[in-house]
Amino acid sequence: MKKFLKATVAAVAFAAAGSAAQAADLKACFVYVGPVGDFGWTYQHDQGRLAVEEHFGDRVETAYLESVAEGPDAERAIERFAREGCGIIFTTSFGYMNPTIKVAKKFPDVKFEHATGYKTADNVATYNSKFHQGRYIIGQIAAKQSKTGTAGYIASFPIPEVVSGINAFMLGAQSVNPDFKVKVVWVNTWFDPGKEADAAKALIDQGADVISQHTDSTAPLQVAQERGVHGFGQASDMINFAKDAQYTAIIDDWAPYYIHRVEEVLNGTWESHSSWEGLAEGHVVMAPYTNLPEDVVAMAEATEQKIIDGWEPFTGPIIKRDGTVVAEEGVRLDDGAILGMNWYVQGIDDELEQ
Amino acid sequence: MRLELVKRKERSASMAVMSPLVAVGLTALAAAIIFAISGVNPLVGLYEFFIDPLTERWSLEATIAKATPLILIGCGLAVCYLSNNWNIGAEGQFVVGALFGSALPVLFPSFENALTLPLMLIFGAVGGALWALIPAVLKTRFNTNEILTSLMLVYVASLLLDYLVRGPWRDPDGFNFPESRIFSDAATLPDVFGGLMSLATPITIVIAIVLAIVLAKTLKGFEIRVMGESPRAGSFAGFSAKKLTIFSFALAGALAGLAGTMEVSAALNQLLPSISPGYGFTAIIVAFLGRLNPIGIIIAGFVLALSYIGGEGVQSGLGVSNEIASVIQGLLLFFVLACDTLILYRVRLVTRKVSATTGEPSHV
Repeated sequence: MKKFLKATVAAVAFAAAGSAAQAADLKACFVYVGPVGDFGWTYQHDQGRLAVEEHFGDRVETAYLESVAEGPDAERAIERFAREGCGIIFTTSFGYMNPTIKVAKKFPDVKFEHATGYKTADNVATYNSKFHQGRYIIGQIAAKQSKTGTAGYIASFPIPEVVSGINAFMLGAQSVNPDFKVKVVWVNTWFDPGKEADAAKALIDQGADVISQHTDSTAPLQVAQERGVHGFGQASDMINFAKDAQYTAIIDDWAPYYIHRVEEVLNGTWESHSSWEGLAEGHVVMAPYTNLPEDVVAMAEATEQKIIDGWEPFTGPIIKRDGTVVAEEGVRLDDGAILGMNWYVQGIDDELEQ
Repeated sequence: MRLELVKRKERSASMAVMSPLVAVGLTALAAAIIFAISGVNPLVGLYEFFIDPLTERWSLEATIAKATPLILIGCGLAVCYLSNNWNIGAEGQFVVGALFGSALPVLFPSFENALTLPLMLIFGAVGGALWALIPAVLKTRFNTNEILTSLMLVYVASLLLDYLVRGPWRDPDGFNFPESRIFSDAATLPDVFGGLMSLATPITIVIAIVLAIVLAKTLKGFEIRVMGESPRAGSFAGFSAKKLTIFSFALAGALAGLAGTMEVSAALNQLLPSISPGYGFTAIIVAFLGRLNPIGIIIAGFVLALSYIGGEGVQSGLGVSNEIASVIQGLLLFFVLACDTLILYRVRLVTRKVSATTGEPSHV
């Protein structure tokens, strides 16, 4: 028993010494809402973390906590990182907003970056991407490719980001086929392969032959592959899971942002801000267009270029379901209206809880 | 040849106390093997998992804070399980309690005075009790299976919370995000000892101790135990199984609802679409690990909370997957149940030649 204790103490001392020896200039830490192996949202954030490691080498050390539940667990996870000497902490889910703000108050010298929220502080920045730009493009592709004139849309939670995604998809589709239909199924989860697959099956049974998803697993695409219909990857390029089914994917590329912000902490130039960039800055990337005829690829590429050149998909005419005109011909919605969107555009076959 | 479990004639009293410790020891051994397989020095892994959280004040406080709702819910469940009422729905009672408790700060945010908190706590307990009474009444009136009804009501409760937070109770200044308004200071349970722990912890400990005394020393405690072990004997003594079902469900629901309100008031400070990382289910493990004894449950709650905090520690410090924490919790329950089984039964190897009726089969 004594020997065992001695060995334990020695091992622990060794471990402590080991971690002290490789002291980097900065520790960048990440809190994830899902598992790093979801091949969607969290996977892409982790790719960003790995890019940081690769870019800075020994200068920056990283750590992460995965599948951290939103709520008190999140607050504790964030506080743990702050106490463990992290210089910058990325909290990558909307539900981490208030915990991030709370912990940030206690640790004014640590920089916090919260994804998809709206509360900032001197040491809390927010960042998000204009995913709706990609959704406009896939809406166009869906309308071009669908034989039934109906797309299925697997939606997670009715928050503005998801609602604006559905609207952008619909506007894109209507630009090709004004009578296009979108059926929406709410699954109330970001990641649940079983539920997502069931939703995909239900939508296909209802006549949808193109499936779009705002959930993170590869399950809907795999169902599309089995049933001989098509779909779009979400957050990451999911082509390996659906070789014949994926048209393209809206890829979240967090690497440029993470590297940039970590660099700023190292240089001492980090400041709080609200970052919201899209295709032009490379924060949103379209995966290669596959399983599509040439003219559709050409159309998608042209739209992509138009958006990169500064065009906004939410440009009028935009009409709500109840007939109210939100934006006249040629008028562009302001950022606030897009970020707080809680209404559907005309033509969407669903009711939104108000 | 087959293995058979044979009931022991008598139970070893010392082993009944020892078995959770043996289970924890076996879990640690299994954890060491898992660490070794995932390429981590098992001693370092075990240290980070089980010891390191105890060495710093903040992580110790975080562990106690995490244990608090588990203990409070577990105490209520123990009364149910002792009396043979299988309440699996504490998670739902936790949520509905939190909803009742939050009604005041969400619907009447300007009602801020010394009464706010006590009223919230009472509403929370009442809400949880009412929710728990649904399966209890269904059981006593219609003889439904309370395991199913209480479990199914968990989903109803979660969706009710989801609906309220996205709809009528949504923060009017929250950009349509699914969250209620933040509670005022009057509706926030005060912190104790610096920050991570709230008044919920002392309240929980007091309730656990009171419950331990009630169970051990009072007639009600005797009734609960008798009706659990031998309902026939109990009915001869004049105890009513139906009344006890109502009582135990209401008590468990009230404690879960109180835990929910305290969690929302202290830790979250608002309602969110999801307010519990499965406390109501984890508390079932806690109740059994604590031998259905409130004092044991305090210890068990702490051990399980430690496994969460330790799980985060190995993840952030050693880069091990967080699934390891879940695996270790599962192993803990597995070993507890296995040890319990071996207290009540012994294993013997039966060869096919011997017929069961002749007694005394050869065993190895």
